[in-house]
Amino acid sequence: MRNARLLGLGFLFHFKMLSRSGFNGLLAIVYPLFFATVAFFLFREGSPHALLYASLGASVMGVWSATSTSAGSALQRERWHGTLELLVAAPTHFSLVMLPITIAMSAVGIYSMAATLIWGRVLFGIDLHIAHPVSFVLAIPVTVISIGMFGFLIAVAFVRYRTAWALGNLLEYPVWLICGFLVPLTLFPSWVQPISWILAPTWGMRGIRQSALGGTPIPDIAICAGLGLAYTAIGVLLVDHLLRSARENATLALT
Amino acid sequence: MTPVVEAQELRRTYRTTTGITRRRAIDIEAVRGVSFEIAEGELFGLLGPNGAGKTTTIKMLITLLIPTSGTARVLGLDVVKDAREVRKRIGYVFGGERGLYERLSAYDNLRYFAELYAVPPREQRTRIDSLLELVGLKGREKERVEGYSRGMRQRLHIARGLLHDPPVIFLDEPTIGVDPVGARELRATIASLTEAGKTVLLTTHYMFEADSLCDRVAVISKGEIVAEGTPQNLKSIVADKTVVEIETFGISDETVERLRQAPGVASVSVEEREQAQVLHVQSAKGLELTQSLLGMLDGVAIGRVAAREPTLEDAYVALVDAGLG
Repeated sequence: MRNARLLGLGFLFHFKMLSRSGFNGLLAIVYPLFFATVAFFLFREGSPHALLYASLGASVMGVWSATSTSAGSALQRERWHGTLELLVAAPTHFSLVMLPITIAMSAVGIYSMAATLIWGRVLFGIDLHIAHPVSFVLAIPVTVISIGMFGFLIAVAFVRYRTAWALGNLLEYPVWLICGFLVPLTLFPSWVQPISWILAPTWGMRGIRQSALGGTPIPDIAICAGLGLAYTAIGVLLVDHLLRSARENATLALT
Repeated sequence: MTPVVEAQELRRTYRTTTGITRRRAIDIEAVRGVSFEIAEGELFGLLGPNGAGKTTTIKMLITLLIPTSGTARVLGLDVVKDAREVRKRIGYVFGGERGLYERLSAYDNLRYFAELYAVPPREQRTRIDSLLELVGLKGREKERVEGYSRGMRQRLHIARGLLHDPPVIFLDEPTIGVDPVGARELRATIASLTEAGKTVLLTTHYMFEADSLCDRVAVISKGEIVAEGTPQNLKSIVADKTVVEIETFGISDETVERLRQAPGVASVSVEEREQAQVLHVQSAKGLELTQSLLGMLDGVAIGRVAAREPTLEDAYVALVDAGLG
């Protein structure tokens, strides 16, 4: 019960903080519109179905970008502000401190998601017709939370290795491609597919698309949730080891 | 009686590297075998210049750093093996602007840390209210921290450190950079902690602060404790000395060095005060050196000159100088 409360309040606290910067908020909305516009132009010759396919892909790109690039920079901010040491010095297990921070970051990506879909509707007339509304409503938070859990895994590494934020930036574009945000996975060489299977955004994206365009989204949503939980479990197992290493190597106070 | 805080032969080495193509590891010994004990309800001061090892020592005690060797216990718990249990029982406050979420209010900051320190939800509001009252921030708690002065931030830090009502509190230079009035208020708050039965470890390099607050002090220099005792004990080290204060303007390092070598001079420290450099020259009691010292300062602009009794600061300077020698 205490853990659930801590996760919930931690999420609200960090979401409030991330939402406080008007400039960052504006970026979260405007930045993905560029990707969305490119995607719409790529697919504009296609059917309304293809345009919706692109619109949904571009919207999840925003969530992923918000998490992959912010996970590192947010922890960098914790280091600069001197709060990282205070979080580590608290008697709460560090995974319960970190997880709400990264989920809050991916939740900020919902702004981008909404902006992208509205942009598509207003500028390109893409009708957001949803085949399975219940699954769609389920798929979005599952995808956002699973991406946040992936961010948690990156963030755990960042606690020990202060330049690990670069890994987040490095992953931003490849994940767009290999998780099938814009291009179907079948177009890639067969060796790429196992990599995409272990990435939760692949299944989240499929779940959202299947919900909107018609299909059987539940298995995809379930795999996405399962992968998210697996990332969390790996992060929880690693965090004590990495924190001990950080305390041994005196890297917590470094900026 | 079992000490509340106990450090035995604590050592901490940092490894750093130099060079770009040929990287070479260098080990820096920040703390070299520090031992001390703090009794229940005691306010213990750890004094030392910048880089002496104060913060490293405190970070080992609060579980943020693992000692290279030696042991430390807080309330009988090992700071390495029982880190989480230690964390539940200690509060940590450091000086400076950092350590707060600036975009959020003081109340939000305290609420978040209350949650991290497992303060029962029903008690959080009353606990936060009473702490805001204690540190004088009542009425300002809804404002964003980014608009707070340094003194207000520091008081908020103290409130954060006390949220879970810890029996042991570590204060790392809590008044650094705070204006004199704010620092005096902070010192009053620190004094009230021991009145409430808390055990406090305070690091500082303000001697008057240590003199007025601490029951016992240890002076740390180059990672080693060079003296330990009550402020009165330490002052007795220089009881047979007298101090001449000379206000100078634009004195060179060479001239200061020449004064240090002068017959009868025990030590010379330089305090920067805006445009002036105030020399504190220690010599044996009864030895009249003022005229000969002024003679050696020929060509240097001189302001106020005064002789006075030695203070804890003079004892500290003598100890640190001896440690550096």
